[in-house]
Amino acid sequence: MAQTEIKNYNINFGPQHPAAHGVLRMVLEMDGEVVDRADPHIGLLHRGTEKLIENKIYLQSVPYFDRLDYASPQNQEHAFVLGIEKLLGITAPLRGQYIRVLYAEIGRILNHIMNVTSYAIDVGAMTPMLWGFEEREHMMEFCERACGARMHMAYFRPGGVAFDITDELADDIGIWAERFPNFLDDMETLLTGNRIFKQRTVDIGVVTPEQALDWGFTGPNLRASGFAWDLRKSQPYDCYDKIDFDIPVSQMGDCYDRYLIRVAEMRESIKIIKQCLNQMTHGPVKVEDNKISPPKRDGMKENMESLIHHFKLFSEGFHVPAGETYTAVEAPKGEFAVYLISDGTNKPYRCKIRPPGYVHLQAMEMLSKGHMLADVVANIGSIDIVFGEIDR
Amino acid sequence: MDAALQDLGEIIAISLPDCVTSTEVVCGELVVHANRDSIIKTLTFLRDDANCHFKQLVDLCGVDYPEREERFDVVYHMLSMTHNTRVRIKVRTDEDTPVPSVVELFSTAGWFERETWDMFGVYFSNNPDLRRLLTDYGFEGHPLRKDFPLSGYVELHYNDELKRVVYTPIKMTQEYRSFDFLSPWEGVQKEMPVEAVADDNSDEGAS
Repeated sequence: MAQTEIKNYNINFGPQHPAAHGVLRMVLEMDGEVVDRADPHIGLLHRGTEKLIENKIYLQSVPYFDRLDYASPQNQEHAFVLGIEKLLGITAPLRGQYIRVLYAEIGRILNHIMNVTSYAIDVGAMTPMLWGFEEREHMMEFCERACGARMHMAYFRPGGVAFDITDELADDIGIWAERFPNFLDDMETLLTGNRIFKQRTVDIGVVTPEQALDWGFTGPNLRASGFAWDLRKSQPYDCYDKIDFDIPVSQMGDCYDRYLIRVAEMRESIKIIKQCLNQMTHGPVKVEDNKISPPKRDGMKENMESLIHHFKLFSEGFHVPAGETYTAVEAPKGEFAVYLISDGTNKPYRCKIRPPGYVHLQAMEMLSKGHMLADVVANIGSIDIVFGEIDR
Repeated sequence: MDAALQDLGEIIAISLPDCVTSTEVVCGELVVHANRDSIIKTLTFLRDDANCHFKQLVDLCGVDYPEREERFDVVYHMLSMTHNTRVRIKVRTDEDTPVPSVVELFSTAGWFERETWDMFGVYFSNNPDLRRLLTDYGFEGHPLRKDFPLSGYVELHYNDELKRVVYTPIKMTQEYRSFDFLSPWEGVQKEMPVEAVADDNSDEGAS
C-alpha cells in the first residue's frame, strides 16, 4: 500500500464558536485530530478600559469594572474600591463591609453557576444550564433590590456601598440561602457522577503544581492543582477575617477537579452569606465624610453645605493623595487586582487591571497540546474565561 | 508589617548590590528599583532565594511618564505564597532601549510583555513572540501612551462598495470635550475647605 504524507493543518476555532465562551479566536495547528499548537488571538472585545479610566474621575470609573467580567461584576468593583480606599486611607464602616462581602459572595455564586453549567453544555449536558439560570435570576433580583440594576450594579463605592439594604431583602436572601444547596445537590446528581461528564473531563488538561506557578494560575485553577491559597484567607480584606469558611483544595489539577472546586466553593459561599446575614448589625453603610461619599438626599434639600458637597463630588470628584497600590481580591476566577497610581488629582494617573482569565487563557497551549480537538473545548470551559476582562 | 518589609528590602538590596538601586515601602507595599539590564538576575534571585520565594509573577505592566528622559516604567508584581508577601520591581526604559524578557523565568510573562509592547511600545529583547495582542491586526501606535489621544486616529465603518469594513481617519462631528473640573487650588493644602472653591473653573460645557 502506498504511503501518504499527512500534513499538519491549521483550523480557526472561533470567534463565533459557541464553545469559545465569547470572542476567542484560536488558531489551532492540528496533527490529525491531535492539537499540536494553540495560539489564542484575543482583543476582539478590547474597549480601552484602562485608557478611559485615566480620563474619568474615580467615581465614574466604578461602572467600567462591572463590564470587565460581566459574570461577576461585584467582585471587580470590590478590588477597585479597596484600592481607592487604601490610597485615601479610609475603611468602610462595618455594615458596609458586610454588605460588600455579602454581594461579593453572591457574585461568586453567579459566576460559578454561569461557568459550571455552561461548561456542562460544552461537554454535552443541557439541563444544568436551564436549572442554574433560574437560580441566577433569583440572585440578580437581590442585586436589583439593592441598587436597581440586575447585573452591572455599580453598588460598591469608595468608603462603603451606595445604599443600605432593607431587612426584608436580608431575610429573603437568608431564605434563598437555605434553599440554594438543594439546587447544588440536584445539579451534582446530574454531573458529578455522570459517566459521560467524567469521560470528557477526568485527566484532561492536567496542570502540575510547577506549571500552575510558572503560568501564574490563581483562584480555583490554582487550588485544583493542590495549593491551599485563597486571598480571602491569606490576605483578608473587608470583614473576611471575621467569617469562618473553608477553602476547597484538590490534587489532580484536571478539568474535573476544577469543576469540583467550583461546586464546593459555592457551598462555602453560602456559608459566608449566612454568616454575613447573622453578624450584620445596623449602622452606617458608607463613611460619613462628605468629602468622599455624597451627603444624604434629604439633607441636600435644606442644607446649602450638603448641596455644594454633592455638586463638587459629582463634578470634580474627590482628590486621592499621590501614591500607588496593588490591591488584589479573590474574584471567582482568581486573583483580580488593580494597580492604581495616583498623582494627587481627581483622576487616576494609571490604572492597570490584572484579570485572572487573561493569565489562564495564555496557558491554553500548555493545556491543550497533545489533546484531541474536542478536549480543547473542555479546557476552555474549565479554566473559566470571560472576554470582558481578558480584552478590557 | 512595614518593618518586616523594610527588612526584606534591605536583604534584597544587600544581596544584589549591582542590580538593585534602591528599595522603599510605599502604602505598605515593598518597591524595589532595579537596573534594567539585570532584571533577569533580580527576578531569579527573588524567585529562588529562601527569604523571598516569590514563585509567581502575577503582573507585569508599563507606566508612561512622558516628561522623563527614560519615559517608561516597567513594573513587575510578584507574589510569595510561602511568606505571604508581595513585591513590586520597577525598571526604567525609553522608546528605543529593550528590556530583557523574563519569559524564560516565568512563562506567564509572555502575554504581559506582548501587551506592554502593544500598549506602550516598550521593546522586550528575547521575547519569542512579540506581536501585538489586544489591538486590531495592523493597528498603528501605542494607545496607552499619554500622548495618544483618547479618541484615537482612525474609525471603522462598513463600506458597501468594497463589502468590507474599512478604516478611515477619524471625523468628529463634535469636538471631544474633556470635562476638566480640577480646581487649581486643591491638593496644595489638604485642610482647605472644598466649598471655598466651588465656583471656579468648571466653565466649559459643564451644564
